[in-house]
Amino acid sequence: MKLIDTPNLDDHDGFYAELLAAHRGLSEAQSHALNAQLVLILANHIGDRQVLSEALDLARKR
Amino acid sequence: MPYDYKPFPYVAPPGLSAPEPPHKVVIVGAGPIGLAMALDLANRGVPSVLLDDNDVVSMGSRAICWSKRSLELFDRFGIADKVLDKGMTWSVGRVCHGDDEIFSFDLAVDPGQRMPPFVNLQQYYVEEFLVERALAQPLIDLRFRNRVTGVDQTGEAAHVTVKTPDGQYGLTADYVIACDGARSTTRAMLDLDFEGEFFEERFLIADIEMEADFPPERWFWFEPTFHDGQSALLHRQADNIYRIDLQLGWDADPEEEKKPEKVIPRIEKVVGADFDLEWVSIYSFQCRRLREFVHGRVIFVGDSAHVVSPFGARGGNGGLQDVDNLGWKLAAVLDGRAPASLIDSYNRERVQAADENILQSTRATRFMTPANGAERLFRDQVLALARKAPFARGWVNSGRLSTPCVYALSAPDDLSLPEISRPGTVAPDAPQQNGWLLNELGRDVTLMALNCAAPAGLDLPVIAPRINDMIRARYLGDARQALYLVRPDQVIAARWVEADARQVRRAVDALWEGR
Repeated sequence: MKLIDTPNLDDHDGFYAELLAAHRGLSEAQSHALNAQLVLILANHIGDRQVLSEALDLARKR
Repeated sequence: MPYDYKPFPYVAPPGLSAPEPPHKVVIVGAGPIGLAMALDLANRGVPSVLLDDNDVVSMGSRAICWSKRSLELFDRFGIADKVLDKGMTWSVGRVCHGDDEIFSFDLAVDPGQRMPPFVNLQQYYVEEFLVERALAQPLIDLRFRNRVTGVDQTGEAAHVTVKTPDGQYGLTADYVIACDGARSTTRAMLDLDFEGEFFEERFLIADIEMEADFPPERWFWFEPTFHDGQSALLHRQADNIYRIDLQLGWDADPEEEKKPEKVIPRIEKVVGADFDLEWVSIYSFQCRRLREFVHGRVIFVGDSAHVVSPFGARGGNGGLQDVDNLGWKLAAVLDGRAPASLIDSYNRERVQAADENILQSTRATRFMTPANGAERLFRDQVLALARKAPFARGWVNSGRLSTPCVYALSAPDDLSLPEISRPGTVAPDAPQQNGWLLNELGRDVTLMALNCAAPAGLDLPVIAPRINDMIRARYLGDARQALYLVRPDQVIAARWVEADARQVRRAVDALWEGR
């Protein structure tokens, strides 16, 4: 497993708040669009197909 | 001026009056693929009978976009100069979202290759040039208005029943090659079906003539205002003819949409009123193939074996690459130089290529015509991102243009040599003193010795290309010397920095056995 699924982001509470703030005032469709762009931007930044596949698997896991 | 369709002469075939002696090869369908097949076999000394149910070249432009590899094949058939001369060489593509250009790409003509990346030329011209060569080639017996009505086979031979204006006759051949297109009657007669995906999407495709002098660029629009939020393509061909593709949606009635009173107003919105409508067709998207391309003595080539949705130029070019792969193998089997199993490698390699073409086309189709929900959400957001982030431009998929498949060979390789010429790839061209490397490779299995002597005692042609920067970049990298074994279809079969005669001979044996 290459994906880091243990704590790795220092100010996660801060990021979480920023994420919610970015969505504030958006319609549901706008929120979906923002999330989709965010996924695409982060995927490009990560730049590692294996990590991305593992992230998809983790997200889909019930 | 619209294209002048001159009928080719029908001649009553000998088989009508007396049984014909068995033939080596019968090719069904004299479209670009059947004609290329006959010419490739003739170049390798194999005679063929080429049957076509019609007596004119293709109606409408159909395949227009010929790739570098196809141009290299056209060169072997002696029509490349005419295609280059008549066609529109292009390299720039522009991609628009709404009415704004979001990015452009340039495939860039490589001065180190003889052929440009793409030339646009209507299929009827390509067929005209190929017919001219086929009629001049004594090994090709081209018969117009000869419609195949039956195909049958035993273990030893294939039998074809042919209907002509003067009645019916039969032919026997070692092999029948079905080049009769997406609606192949040969396929139907063998009771074979395509497997794969059919998209609920229709496109209108039209040729228009106009004195507009648009540059020879590929223009693609996602959701333009002139076409109600659907996809559109504009591409220049020869003779001031332009190709327009317009997405119609699945609910459209094809017969209704083909009527000039429906078509003309749509096109007026793209280019204005000053044009003549030459040809209209409607097609649906399919990405499907036969499970096997070789069925005993009947071999499927081109659209009869596989169909892809357009926008990647993978139909016509893919078919020509089938021809390139099959010609030398069939010639060797018919001559007894190779076991019949070599033909199985045609199936293996071209199924790999078809799957790659189908994968690329399916992805492009998904992007152009996304299903509602997450598919549309991500498609739209890629387009939105492409306006503000460079990375997303590459994600926009208006068709990934045809490149030759890299065959999966388990062949000797040396990883210190450049990746561009690894085994399974078509040998990249490079300039030589008086011409081009690909022209020097010839029609046989050839050993290319770079900066070294070929091992002694080998019974095969050796060429020693002159070393220049292009050769170094494409074939040597940091290595001082190298040996490349090249197949008759100019695919690299094996390569070494150093090898002895025994190693080369082993690779040659593997090549003829289709391993």
